[in-house]
Amino acid sequence: MAIGTLAGLFSGLFGVGGGSVIVPLLVLWLGYGERAATATSLAAIVFIAGFAAAAQGLYGNVRLLDAVLIGVPAIGGVLIGTWLQQRLQARSIALLFAAVLVASAVELVVR
Amino acid sequence: MIGAIAIGLVGGIVAGLLGVGGGVLFVPGLVLFLGLDQHHAEATSLLAIVPVAIVGTYRQDSYGNVVRRDALLLGLLSVAGAAAGVALANALSGAVLRDAFAGLMVVVAAQLVHRTRTRRDAPKKA
Repeated sequence: MAIGTLAGLFSGLFGVGGGSVIVPLLVLWLGYGERAATATSLAAIVFIAGFAAAAQGLYGNVRLLDAVLIGVPAIGGVLIGTWLQQRLQARSIALLFAAVLVASAVELVVR
Repeated sequence: MIGAIAIGLVGGIVAGLLGVGGGVLFVPGLVLFLGLDQHHAEATSLLAIVPVAIVGTYRQDSYGNVVRRDALLLGLLSVAGAAAGVALANALSGAVLRDAFAGLMVVVAAQLVHRTRTRRDAPKKA
């Protein structure tokens, strides 16, 4: 109950799925393994992001066309990404990407 | 239009490759490349996440990794939190929300670095 409420709050506030909150809580509080936590979190996110998107829709903030143009190609992207993950050394890419995230965060604040 | 498709495709690839959520990529992409304000970017990201999460769930469930009862419970119990989070987001100014989101990105980056130290491979997550 607490995890669901927290995850919903987080998702609604930041416009993300909430996996970075749900996965650690499932592991720490409910004793989940990493794989089951990730998979179960993903299933919960279908509802969480759906509810939060509907609420944002009431505020008139959702750009429907952009959401479809992003969400549908992203399905293909994730399939490519998981395929690549089996074949690449993801470690150095993860570090590089962490740097990109921090740089984008700075860009967001500064602009 | 091409910009949005590129954000989706690239965001999806990175999400699948590194096991981070799509939203943390979609939101900055929408703000920095498509010029949306923070509120519109977050709202649009939420809707874009849904189809990706549905397909990811379908695949994970076929591997038997989804604990269906808990997922349903978690999802349904999130309604109040999601409504409160959205109300809070809309009560905040775009600048405050944007800075908070930048903080979240740094946290996700830290999680990513931490994971490369503790495990050889990141788990799959959309």
